Amino acid sequence: MESTSGRFENNARAALSDPTLQTALAKLADGFPARRLEAAGRMPEFEALRDAATEIKEHVLDHLDVYLETFERQVVANGGEIHWCRDAEEARQAILEICRAAGARTVTKSKTMIGEEIAINEHLERHGIRPVETDLGEYIIQLRREPPSHLIAPAIHLSLAQVAETFRASHKELPRERALNEPDALLAEARAKLRPDFLAADVGITGANMLIAETGGNVLVTNEGNADLTHTLPRVHIVIASIEKIVPTLEDASVIVRVLARSATGQDVTVYTSFCSGPRRPGDLDGPDEYHVILLDNGRAKLLGGEFRDMLRCIRCGACLNHCPVYRAVGGHAYGWVYSGPMGAVLMPALIGMHEARHLPNASTLCGRCESVCPMRIPLPRMLRAWRERLHRAGRGSLFARLGLSAWASVASRPGLYHAIMAPLIRALGNLAGPGRRFRRLPFLGAWTSARDFPAPEGETFMSLWAEAERKRKPYADLRARSARP
Amino acid sequence: MSRASRQAMLADIRNACTPRRGGAGTAAVEARLAARAPGPVPARARIAREGQIALFIAEAERVQASVARVKHVRDVPGAVAGYLARHNIEPRLKCAPDPFLRSIPWAQHPVLSVAEGKGEGDDPVGVTGAFAAVAETGTLVLVSGAASPTTLALVPPVHVAVVPTGRLLGTYEESWAALRARSPRPGKEFVMPRSVNWITGPSRTADIEQTLLLGAHGPQRLFIVLVDEENA
Amino acid sequence: MSAPTTSVPASPRVGLFVTCLVDLMRPTVGFAAIKLLEEAGCTVEVARAQTCCGQPAWNSGDSANAGKVARGLIAAFEPFDYVVAPSGSCAGMIRAHYPELFAGDAQWEPRARALAAKTHELISFLADVRGVTRVAARLKASVTYHDSCSGLRELGVKRQPRALLATVAGLELREGPEAETCCGFGGLFCVKYPDVSAAITDVKTDDIVATGANFVLAGDMGCLMNIAGRLKRRGSKVAVRHVAEVLAGMTDAPPIAGD
Repeated sequence: MESTSGRFENNARAALSDPTLQTALAKLADGFPARRLEAAGRMPEFEALRDAATEIKEHVLDHLDVYLETFERQVVANGGEIHWCRDAEEARQAILEICRAAGARTVTKSKTMIGEEIAINEHLERHGIRPVETDLGEYIIQLRREPPSHLIAPAIHLSLAQVAETFRASHKELPRERALNEPDALLAEARAKLRPDFLAADVGITGANMLIAETGGNVLVTNEGNADLTHTLPRVHIVIASIEKIVPTLEDASVIVRVLARSATGQDVTVYTSFCSGPRRPGDLDGPDEYHVILLDNGRAKLLGGEFRDMLRCIRCGACLNHCPVYRAVGGHAYGWVYSGPMGAVLMPALIGMHEARHLPNASTLCGRCESVCPMRIPLPRMLRAWRERLHRAGRGSLFARLGLSAWASVASRPGLYHAIMAPLIRALGNLAGPGRRFRRLPFLGAWTSARDFPAPEGETFMSLWAEAERKRKPYADLRARSARP
Repeated sequence: MSRASRQAMLADIRNACTPRRGGAGTAAVEARLAARAPGPVPARARIAREGQIALFIAEAERVQASVARVKHVRDVPGAVAGYLARHNIEPRLKCAPDPFLRSIPWAQHPVLSVAEGKGEGDDPVGVTGAFAAVAETGTLVLVSGAASPTTLALVPPVHVAVVPTGRLLGTYEESWAALRARSPRPGKEFVMPRSVNWITGPSRTADIEQTLLLGAHGPQRLFIVLVDEENA
Repeated sequence: MSAPTTSVPASPRVGLFVTCLVDLMRPTVGFAAIKLLEEAGCTVEVARAQTCCGQPAWNSGDSANAGKVARGLIAAFEPFDYVVAPSGSCAGMIRAHYPELFAGDAQWEPRARALAAKTHELISFLADVRGVTRVAARLKASVTYHDSCSGLRELGVKRQPRALLATVAGLELREGPEAETCCGFGGLFCVKYPDVSAAITDVKTDDIVATGANFVLAGDMGCLMNIAGRLKRRGSKVAVRHVAEVLAGMTDAPPIAGD
């Protein structure tokens, strides 16, 4: 998928003026955070679980090579196969080869962000294989040829009417005049459309919420049941996962399951939590004949040794999106590529390049709410700032802003000079404001006054009032009266 | 391609890991895998037996499962027939070829038609047992195998699970311990079944305007029959 | 130098870090802070050699310029038992980020850590360190409180201002459900991405207006200027003030951005 991250400002403006999107985002901000809070409240061990989950991933990241080799041995022992892929191109190629060997025409897919990251659907289509997204939200956006706008709710940006319109445009064989004004009707139509694909598919592609080293298997977490139909019905199951998805044991996976849904949707656990471990066993009545794991690096080993390492603890729950004021204002598509929100703003510069993603680490108030809700305690604001540091060092950002900062710093590091310059400036500005005590427009602060008035300074600076007090040995109460001009 | 990539990836990862941990790290990994240490286990499920049963029922019902508790295996057909009749569902059962399910006297209720196999086509009702039921979240633990096909709990629009209360456990960790204990090769390394499926309520989606809808791709209804006495 | 703990005298010597926005925009807040600190038994001094904590550069990824400004501040405040700022974000900059800014600097990291250990946000200093449980002020009004992000999440400032506001005679506190949501200021963010910032601020100001309160209070001038600017642009009559003004009973000056 082509990135539009470089046009974040335009994307954001478009998003802000899209009333349908704004309605959807307001609803999201009302729903998810409250439900998370309720679920956490029902689980007194929640904070301890966050600590435990964080410790698990920290331990894994310190021993990732050993765990990957352990995982590989177990996958092979179960009768499965691992495909090590350094980048998206290698992963696409490996998947295509498996599909070709299986003679695949139709591939069912259950939602995978790594699948989005490597743009596997486009690749399969180009080679005459039909990928069918089966998660309802993913199915809708696949029909619309849009990227997901949220980690766990990919079609969150759409209204019911837009979905209905999409179905009418895509399901041309159905009667034109059918009623599609209830969500139930849309779900029933999607279910009916997808059932034959589930049964016909030769290959099922899923992601992995986790890979378990102990068992050589993967964990899949869904509410619809589509992932289970995807890995159980076709002859071949392909798991696409990035290297950091490993956890040591089933017990460790259970810890992370306990924080995942609570952080994501506010459920205690999703409806389906599935632990797949290889192809069908002798005597099994169902399940695939082949089990493949595409193990993707795509820049992650590079993150492992550096200052963005903590990002590799991310379990893609979406809590940081749900609590982010910027995401809530502009939605996921404004970020311009596969990921969004605070986790996307940290991850995307590493995946699509710092210059292309330059706006994302900057388009944050660093309010810290993301870190406060992250189940894996990822210091997202610290890493957003670390990207700003890199961008600054690389000479990105406007020359005006850079020179401004340097000029400001050389004055602010000389207090005598600073106060001598500021006192008359502020006095003048205070006098200019008049009795309204605010400016509607200020020539050098257009970006501020485009949306807000600029409060007038009281007039004298504190430091000049204080200096006067010391000089005249006046009690500060008198000066206060002077500072607070009517 | 894969072999060269494998080497390159592992080398990159090892280079990043080694300075932090010092040494090869294998001993720490082996110790961790052997310990299988549980994390914080919710106190809410570590309670007396009757309390766990009540918790299981409450948690399952919270997520829109229906639960009936019967005393004897001979009471199961009536409970199932009653549920299907109440919801106007065709009483045609596709059952897992499971010895426990076979011990249920389905024939006592002539309205029920019973067949065995995996879940497919237009089966209206899939009937499974469960390896375990976990009180913590009202979760069924299904384990794939010759007597327990995965599809029965997924393909038909109604899933009926018949679970002896003796299978009820407090937490996820207890279910893993039980699964490891029944490993088919005693004395040998534990081998996972192809698929372990935790099921907590009927299938759902909120992908359209965040409206909660039941029955997305999996079953729209989940009926759990808890049986106190396994033997008729 | 170690952090002051038990060796602090009954009347500790407090260096007031005025902060640049209070210095330039609203000296009243500085005087209110002095009054509150003196009432809490502190000896307050104002070091001349202070300007800004360096946050604008730090948050822009310009640690060289942030360090340049921060070094002056560290030196200026070394003589004091405590450093107190009427701002969660400036106190948070010193407490949470100075040690990071100077990490690995043999000369400056220890000095930065020492300053971090004795630096406090005003209201939490009064309540947590000085044990202040009530104030003498009165204000017949309904107020709502905005939790500034740095104060709330870096320093745990939440119950302290509410506890003290509850002792202001005549004051009624009305909580808004979005009290903990960012106001959209974010330092330079609000001028780099003004449209996004304004949309975030609208969530905040809608929440403030919906409480029906006459006043909105907070502990950070950045947030207050942003909130005030947007409220006034939208024609709101809600008065905007720093919480210290109300706690010190110094509400004779016009509110931020006027009535």
